[in-house]
Amino acid sequence: MDNKTLFRPGHTACAGCGQVIAARLVIDAAGSNTIVVNNTGCLEVLSTRYPETAWSVPWIHSLFENAAAVASGVEAALIYLGKKDKINVIAQGGDGGTADIGLQALSGMLERGHDILYVCYDNEAYMNTGVQRSGLTPFSTNTTTSPAGSQSLGNIRPKKPLPEIAFAHGIPYVATATVGFIPDLQRKVKKAISIKGPKYIQIHVPCPLGWRHEPENTIQVGKAAVETGLYPIIEYENGKLAAVRKITPQPVEEYLKLQGRFKHLLKNPGQLKKIQEIADNNILKYGLKAEP
Amino acid sequence: MFGPLVVKPAASKGDKTGSWRLTSRPKFLQKNCIACRMCVAICPEGCVEGKEKNTFSCDYTYCKGCGLCALACPRKDIVMEEETLEGKDK
Amino acid sequence: MRQFLEGSHVVAEVVKLCKPGVISAYPITPQTHIVEDLAQMVADGELNAQFVNVESEHSAASVVLGGVAAGVRSFTATSSQGLIYMAEVLFNIAGMRLPLVMTCANRALSAPINIWNDQQDSISLRDCGWIQLYAENNQEVADFHIIAYRLSEDKSIMLPVMVCMDGFILTHGIESVDVPEQAQVDKFLPPYKALYKLDPDQPLTMGLLATPDYYMETRVAIQETMKGVLKLIPKISEEFRGQFGRDYKDCLVEEYYTKGADKVIIAMGSVCGTIKKVVDELRAKGKKVGLLKVISYRPFPYARLCEALKDVPRVAVLDKAVSLGAYAPLAAEIRAAFFGKKKSPKVISSFVAGLGGRDITIESVKEIFRKLTQKEISLEFIDLKPELLKEEYGQ
Repeated sequence: MDNKTLFRPGHTACAGCGQVIAARLVIDAAGSNTIVVNNTGCLEVLSTRYPETAWSVPWIHSLFENAAAVASGVEAALIYLGKKDKINVIAQGGDGGTADIGLQALSGMLERGHDILYVCYDNEAYMNTGVQRSGLTPFSTNTTTSPAGSQSLGNIRPKKPLPEIAFAHGIPYVATATVGFIPDLQRKVKKAISIKGPKYIQIHVPCPLGWRHEPENTIQVGKAAVETGLYPIIEYENGKLAAVRKITPQPVEEYLKLQGRFKHLLKNPGQLKKIQEIADNNILKYGLKAEP
Repeated sequence: MFGPLVVKPAASKGDKTGSWRLTSRPKFLQKNCIACRMCVAICPEGCVEGKEKNTFSCDYTYCKGCGLCALACPRKDIVMEEETLEGKDK
Repeated sequence: MRQFLEGSHVVAEVVKLCKPGVISAYPITPQTHIVEDLAQMVADGELNAQFVNVESEHSAASVVLGGVAAGVRSFTATSSQGLIYMAEVLFNIAGMRLPLVMTCANRALSAPINIWNDQQDSISLRDCGWIQLYAENNQEVADFHIIAYRLSEDKSIMLPVMVCMDGFILTHGIESVDVPEQAQVDKFLPPYKALYKLDPDQPLTMGLLATPDYYMETRVAIQETMKGVLKLIPKISEEFRGQFGRDYKDCLVEEYYTKGADKVIIAMGSVCGTIKKVVDELRAKGKKVGLLKVISYRPFPYARLCEALKDVPRVAVLDKAVSLGAYAPLAAEIRAAFFGKKKSPKVISSFVAGLGGRDITIESVKEIFRKLTQKEISLEFIDLKPELLKEEYGQ
């Protein structure tokens, strides 16, 4: 059994970084016959600072928003060479590079039906540039461009429903996952790789620095997001919602209190109620509640 | 002089991020381990290795001391102990 | 084989002969016929390529970047707004030292929106590290694309090449063009063999982060390579002559009656055809005039220009672009070429014409020769029609 990981240590991620846990699990599940196209972001910067590279697979970084488009070109080249059946193509990036600046390229890639797995590492802000608000920043989060202050309770908008946007393109497989539940994540990557066509997986990755929690709590925070209903773990397959991870819903405070980025809310019952509504709507919409 | 920045994986050993450890380091007791490999999966550095039960340990050249492996181990077979100046050089 | 073809179709025919494996482009007037023709060729099985219909020029450039990074010859074409939209990807492709050929159908830039020809688009990207060749007529368009692939993929070069052709004038102009045979192109242009590519059998990391300790040398490397391009293009041109029979000499500049001339106009692109006609007419009347056509704008052939024009007393530079707030780009380069040189023209006058597709006529060219007196003109726009513009808000 090959013990060697394809995403090697010696990179400069923060201690306890959720994104590199996920990135390593993704590439190890995909295997060495994989070409990775990476957007600009934490993952790219921390893993490929010349002359060091953490990647044992062919890997390319171009710009912030075009991983999906570059990957489309790589896939086209592999088809031309008659090699696509043997080689996986993964395009990946953070929530910034995927949901905002990269949305156009992602949409084009999904619409054209390329055989590519797109992985979005969702740490809910532009972390690499200093924790600024993104389209996937949750409601009422304190970020550096949506800070809490005397006139504001943080981000005023809900998360962009990117899994649904991907699903609306009619692609064969869409899933959300989290580093809070690792075997589920590994299973989903393996399944996605085995399907032909465009696939989208969005992985919730806690960020100790940006979310303000201890490095050792990364997994606990990830689990709490799911168990409160704030981050539904779902799978869309064959044109419909195929599976969800059932939960025994916890009150949203159990998740929010673990992170400094929500500290301003803990004494604000009105705002907490709004967030609880978001969680309750998710639970209803996806049928997350486990039957007794 | 040609110029494109292209790197072969074999040429790169990475930074010695073990030097980042400040307060604690993991100790792999290798007593009650069931080889579930959760520590291998969870380490953000990917520096935990092992094959059979009680053979798991980490590469302290890279370990940043985050403590996730200790929390993940279902048998509590990994404990975080205090980092010492002598220990950092091991 | 000699054919009577629209310029866009010439591009498609020649690109087909070069056998790219990945083609991706976004339609923009006046480049549209190029990509439509290529799409039809793929649909009819005449061209074996992956044709990727992207959602923007930025993605078109990104797709061909991915294609060539994976080791497959690729092609794209664009114009004006599309070129500027994909600008960051173009810097990226050059910086990553990936070979590529792109057709730029020169068109004016918004605002105001204008679909007709000038050279502001490609000239605005003169810094990005791409080699730029300017074609005067559709035969040159055909030949320069073949030369471009050969140049770009040379292992000592590995830089992308932009073949610039004036939008509408050349893209939609129908000319008699000798389109080469497949066998000739195959002999001249071997299949692309990548120096570095994405391949699981030999994993590589491409596009790393370069800290201040490493970045600068990569730019020096491109600058050095550009000097190498100036030496290599004449060699490739000589080989081209041997294979295809057409002689572009050094393919950096073309000297048209510059020997012994009193007045020479320097220009790029299709306007050179008009200027040649005026030169013929005036020479027949005994006037000592000439044209210096610049073919390679990047790398800029400083030495060749000095050599060709050092004894010409008066030179007029005709730009179809302007660096707003400063000089006309080509004129600035010409002046820089001669600065501090012992032998140089006494007068280098700068004229800007043809912006936004305004016609440069025989009369306009004669007017430039007339205005080329001993009084140097620092920058003059010619053929202006200010009476047409109705000003609403100015004082």
